[in-house]
Amino acid sequence: MALENDKLIIAGREFSSRLMVGTGKYASFQQMAQALEVSGAEIITVAVRRVNISDRSKESLLDYIDPKKYTLLPNTAGCYTADDAVRTCRLAREAGLSDFVKLEVLGDEKTLFPDNEELLKAAKILVKEGFTVLPYTSDDVIMCRKLEDIGCAAVMPLGAPIGSGLGIRNPYNIRIIMETVKVPVIVDAGVGSASDAAIAMELGCDGVLMNTAIAGAQDPIAMAEAMKLAIIAGRLSYKAGRIPRKLYANASSPIEGLLA
Amino acid sequence: MQVMLNGEPTEVKAKCTIAQFLEQLQLGRERVAVEVNRDIVPKAAYDSRTISDGDKIEIVHFVGGG
Repeated sequence: MALENDKLIIAGREFSSRLMVGTGKYASFQQMAQALEVSGAEIITVAVRRVNISDRSKESLLDYIDPKKYTLLPNTAGCYTADDAVRTCRLAREAGLSDFVKLEVLGDEKTLFPDNEELLKAAKILVKEGFTVLPYTSDDVIMCRKLEDIGCAAVMPLGAPIGSGLGIRNPYNIRIIMETVKVPVIVDAGVGSASDAAIAMELGCDGVLMNTAIAGAQDPIAMAEAMKLAIIAGRLSYKAGRIPRKLYANASSPIEGLLA
Repeated sequence: MQVMLNGEPTEVKAKCTIAQFLEQLQLGRERVAVEVNRDIVPKAAYDSRTISDGDKIEIVHFVGGG
């Protein structure tokens, strides 16, 4: 297939799948594990939280995820300051085995939009401490350039607010971001359906990260497969090079030989 | 003696190490991270690091998230 040698490379590590998925909001761990499997994703996000000491009966996420099979990408979801995000990343590194972190510093509970000022502050500290930082940011070209400049391994602009399913609201910004930075551009948040994922890939994005679009679908397993195919279709379509848009028709059948 | 574990007052034996504490809580050391008074305790120090009265301890793990 045309995508055989088309690898996503983040901080020197090679991945075959350009779909990254979250592990939250599933009806059960079994359903989550099946959706991950079907999605073909190699990078999956997890959150860092206090262990529930009073109720130890609950199963653990890692009973259902093989860390040898997946690259775990711990997030800093729920952090509203650089300090909290940095603290969470340090704990994540100790709890896991890798330096990969999805850095998010939120600015507002209603929109979950990033606080880019705090994000940049946290990213600088984490890069210095040797983390491979994948920051969730707004679809802001200058911000993405700054994040690349300070050493982030990728930039992850949002397509629309987290969990909104509104799709890629500003494809032009995403395109300019791609033309501006050299690190991988991964659309993180906003995807609602397979066509949204395909649009992101057709724009030339290096990957898409999603959680709610799969976990919140009526049939998460079927949606996981749809997303896998959409990412591949979108990537192929991008690589194939689409026709230019024209206002008027251009016949596909020859004019010559028409019956008189 | 008493410590604050994940925000809750918790009884701990004197001279208890982090390793012993995790055992008491039936938590596997591979899957958690431990912070004592805002400092992360590296896994290699779990057997030697002892807990003191009044320590603020956080034990975290991975849960589902985006």
